[in-house]
Amino acid sequence: MILKYVSKKEWSLVAACFVLICLQVYLELEIPGYMSQITTLLTTGGTVAQVMDEGWPMIACAFGSLLAAIVVGAVATYVAASLSKRIRKMQFDNVETFSMEEIGRFSLASLITRSTNDITQVQMAFAMGMQILIKAPVMAIWAIVKISDKDMSWTIATAVAVAVMMVTIGIIMVLVVPRFKIIQKLTDNLNQITGEGLSGVRVVRAYNAESYQEEKFEKANEDLTSTNLFVNRSLAVLFPMMTAIMSLLSLSIYMIGAILISAAAGVGERLTLFSDMIVFSSYAMQVVMAFMMMVFIFMILPRATVAARRIEEVINTEPSITDGTKTSSPEGREGEIEFRNVSFKYPGAAESVLEDISFKVKKGETIAFIGSTGSGKSTLINLVMRFYDVTGGQVLVDGEDVRDYKLNALRRKIGYIPQKATIFSGTVYGNVNYGDTSEERTIEDVKKAVGIAQGTDFVEKMDGGYEGRIAEGGTNLSGGQKQRLSIARAICRKPEFYIFDDSFSALDYKTDRSLRDALKKETAGVTSLIVAQRIGTIMDADTIVVLDEGRIAGIGAHDDLLESSEVYREIAYSQLSEEELVR
Amino acid sequence: MSGRRGPADHPGMTAEKPKAFTEAWKKIFSYMGKYRIAVWISIVFAVVGTVMILVGPNKLRDLTDLIAGGLVTGSIDMGAIWEIGLFLIAIYATSTVLTFVQNYILATVSQKMASKFRTDISKKINRLPLRYFDTSSSGDVLSRATNDVDTLGQSMNQSIGLLITSVTMLLGSLVMMVYTNYIMAAVTVLSCVAGFGMMILIMRYSQKYFGIQQENLGNMNGHVAEIYSAHNVVKVYNGQKEASKKFDSINEELARSAFMSQFLSGLMMPLMNFIGNFGYVTVCVVGAAMVINGQMSIGVIVAFMIYVRLFTQPLAQMAQAFTGMQSVAAAGERVFEFIEEEELSEEVVSPRKLEKVEGHVEFRNVHFSYVPGREVIHGFSAEIKPGQKIAIVGPTGAGKTTMVNLLMRFYDTDSGDILIDGVSIKEMRRSDVHDLFCMVLQDTWIFEGTVKENIIYCKEGVTDEQVVEACKAVGIHHFIKTLPKGYDTMLDNTTSLSVGQRQQITIARAIVENAPLLILDEATSSVDTRTERAIQNAMDQMTVGRTSFVIAHRLSTIKNSDLILLMRGGNIVEQGTHDELLAAGAFYSEMYNSQFEDGGED
Repeated sequence: MILKYVSKKEWSLVAACFVLICLQVYLELEIPGYMSQITTLLTTGGTVAQVMDEGWPMIACAFGSLLAAIVVGAVATYVAASLSKRIRKMQFDNVETFSMEEIGRFSLASLITRSTNDITQVQMAFAMGMQILIKAPVMAIWAIVKISDKDMSWTIATAVAVAVMMVTIGIIMVLVVPRFKIIQKLTDNLNQITGEGLSGVRVVRAYNAESYQEEKFEKANEDLTSTNLFVNRSLAVLFPMMTAIMSLLSLSIYMIGAILISAAAGVGERLTLFSDMIVFSSYAMQVVMAFMMMVFIFMILPRATVAARRIEEVINTEPSITDGTKTSSPEGREGEIEFRNVSFKYPGAAESVLEDISFKVKKGETIAFIGSTGSGKSTLINLVMRFYDVTGGQVLVDGEDVRDYKLNALRRKIGYIPQKATIFSGTVYGNVNYGDTSEERTIEDVKKAVGIAQGTDFVEKMDGGYEGRIAEGGTNLSGGQKQRLSIARAICRKPEFYIFDDSFSALDYKTDRSLRDALKKETAGVTSLIVAQRIGTIMDADTIVVLDEGRIAGIGAHDDLLESSEVYREIAYSQLSEEELVR
Repeated sequence: MSGRRGPADHPGMTAEKPKAFTEAWKKIFSYMGKYRIAVWISIVFAVVGTVMILVGPNKLRDLTDLIAGGLVTGSIDMGAIWEIGLFLIAIYATSTVLTFVQNYILATVSQKMASKFRTDISKKINRLPLRYFDTSSSGDVLSRATNDVDTLGQSMNQSIGLLITSVTMLLGSLVMMVYTNYIMAAVTVLSCVAGFGMMILIMRYSQKYFGIQQENLGNMNGHVAEIYSAHNVVKVYNGQKEASKKFDSINEELARSAFMSQFLSGLMMPLMNFIGNFGYVTVCVVGAAMVINGQMSIGVIVAFMIYVRLFTQPLAQMAQAFTGMQSVAAAGERVFEFIEEEELSEEVVSPRKLEKVEGHVEFRNVHFSYVPGREVIHGFSAEIKPGQKIAIVGPTGAGKTTMVNLLMRFYDTDSGDILIDGVSIKEMRRSDVHDLFCMVLQDTWIFEGTVKENIIYCKEGVTDEQVVEACKAVGIHHFIKTLPKGYDTMLDNTTSLSVGQRQQITIARAIVENAPLLILDEATSSVDTRTERAIQNAMDQMTVGRTSFVIAHRLSTIKNSDLILLMRGGNIVEQGTHDELLAAGAFYSEMYNSQFEDGGED
């Protein structure tokens, strides 16, 4: 359970809470005693001074219980906040050690929910639950003990009230709680249909399918509404029932009191019964309330438990990629990448994505990978960066198995440009001069990198230039601008290797061309790995590896491949038009 | 209650957007339509039910007096006691029923309202001009249709009832107290004033922290989303330390505001308790003095013990109800904003319809702008004979879809006209214009449903044979046969179709539609060679005998077309045949030649 993350200091705070809550309950339960004294005084003709004698301690008790409650509240929320802060941090740190495999297993959306909503849930439930779970039983037991020596018939009345209440709540919960899940599903369904209608708005219009779409929506809407109606109508019983039970309980205590008193023999006995009656009516309320609180906490807890379990799942996940020890590589082998009979299979998959891949690149060379979707191009370069580990063979970088490197050291060698440009909120400068080498770079390096990436024009036109603000997700930049910054980031890192994962497709033809020219000039001596869809992008590469269904279907330079490789020819011809095309 | 304090404090709490608040509620009430009567009934029930609860303490007082009266003598008038007891039971029962009915009505009304809102939003989506969707995010519309409507339904259900009962309770208990004993009433009110003042202060203070808390949660969400989705880059660039630093500072802030907001809102309950207890003692002490002085009976004290509770309870409830009403107003505003968006222009009064379509299309001096003042099509004219093929070319983002938008009448031209077989499309109903075209767009659109449903879509009277034929034509029949349930396989998130397969299904849908004109986007991104050929064949098939507008990506299409429209930066910059444009030596030839050099080295 999530409780094991509660620190020793926090446990002692919880213990302090327990003591304080006991004190609070004690003080609260003292109050009816004074009330009874006051009532007796009133009925026997006591003086105001006498009443005040009882009144002052009663106010003191009330105030004391208020103070205790405030302190308990503060401590409980403090513990909850600091616990959730720590769990959130643990979770974040652990996610940061994940390889792509673990990220994929949880899915991005789910990881985000787990770090925010789920933790908020746990925090709220912890703060509230801690107070109520301690207070309600203490209150119930203590109050019951206090009234147990009074007349049995009152106790029976109270027990009946509690029973009726529990049964009512129980029935409603049985009816309603399972439907909450259904409502969630129906809402998702409605979302799905609305989302479809929005994303396909042109198709819907073109096919005059408006009423088709509306009917579909209406059906989902009706399903949701009828379930919602059932749930809300059932819940409509809850509050009136509670009020009725409480009112009837007070009434029956008085009625029973009347009967008992009229049957009693002496004045003294009658007086005792009368004050008992008044005291009892307020203790009985406390008992009922305590049970009510417990029922409600049992409604909240299951949700929080689910959230807690989801958080733990993340915290307890061990990353499948582990650190090596080496930080340096053998002399004279910089800039080399070698694949030796590499094969790779995604965990749980039946078939290998890559099979028996071998090739070698020397310093300063460019190697390109081409093939249809699903041929394993992107997977192959992911192995170089150790996003995944090979399932067979070896990947060597600078003559050393990638698994032997410390991850930091391996990745410091690489400038990676993913297919989808990744932009962080912040400034242009922060985006380009990013990562663990950032302290060694200056604004001049950044300017130069942006220049090579063909971004000087738009960056200098931005408000604030290199210090210009970039919104979350880079929404104030176009796709091409984002990609150029992403390329500049890699250049600024001055890496041993560039890895371009289909990074040029977001650029228009002219920019693509001049960028590649500039790169070639400025980065001579750096090894490049390029994944591409377009033949035009890779034609000049020293080596082209053609992949087909995870195997090497051809390897060599463009001209050789045109002659020797059937697959390459097929790709080239299908694209020839596109190559010649205005783009 | 707090005569001077109250008014001074309330504006501070409600000042957020009072004008929009009333306006939104007015709209919501007028939207209720026939349910308004039901709401009035429930309001009356709530008031009556609450008043009945208020009568209770008064009768309980009589009961206590009767018992106390018999304490010394030992003779209690049990008859009278039973009478009161039964009366109270009757009152409790009635008020329970009334409150239940009121809750039931409000639950029903708010859910029906939510349902109506959803329906209206769904219909509205289909009546909005495309301009709207091009400029706003679909996530925003989606969140209005679901989140906002949900908030509306839930909060309305709770807040209306709560507000009415709590106000009635507050006023009613005040009236009853004054009626029972005005001195005691004054004592009770005064003893609670200080507590209420504090409560209001805390509420105001905590609202500030709730705002900060929301903001911090947003920051956390944003940061985590950013870092997790950039996981690969963060790893390669060893950016964990940087990410961690930012995370820590947000986490720290978040923990602090979470503590403050939760702590402050947690204060309300104990404070309420204290006010209750304090009021209780005051009532007892003052009451005792008065009983001893013979100014009133002990039963009055018992009644006031309950009044104190009834009087202190509603204030917290009112605050809660008010917050609820504010979120209803906020959600309502967003929903109404959408529902009141300007719709498509009215259709012409007596629309013309083409009986037999030849496929003659004429652009007559068409001017068009997405944003007023920034014209993108400046007086475009062209005449296309039946069966001709028009290629629309240009770099990505050059506005090739503008032509689709105009032809389909998704947007209306600023001036000039588009005529099909001599009839202006402005004189036709939009749906009739749509019926003239088969349309295949680049982002393939597949909805949750079976393969067959996706292909037939909303077209009526399509036989299974037609579906199979269309699928054979696009070369996906074989694949569909391999699916577990063939044509009845559900397509949803679990069945993974490749981009190519999705495109093939979309084309099959267009084939089944079988309209006389064709709009086609040729882009087949990221599909393997074999699929690409199949798709291209299917597309070529479709253009036979149809006037076709093709957003072209293949040289063969461009070369074979009767007219090329070259678009750049949203404008049509050149038009003509391949040879004409090459001869003109402008942008087209420049682009074409530079590409040719590039590809010509081999």
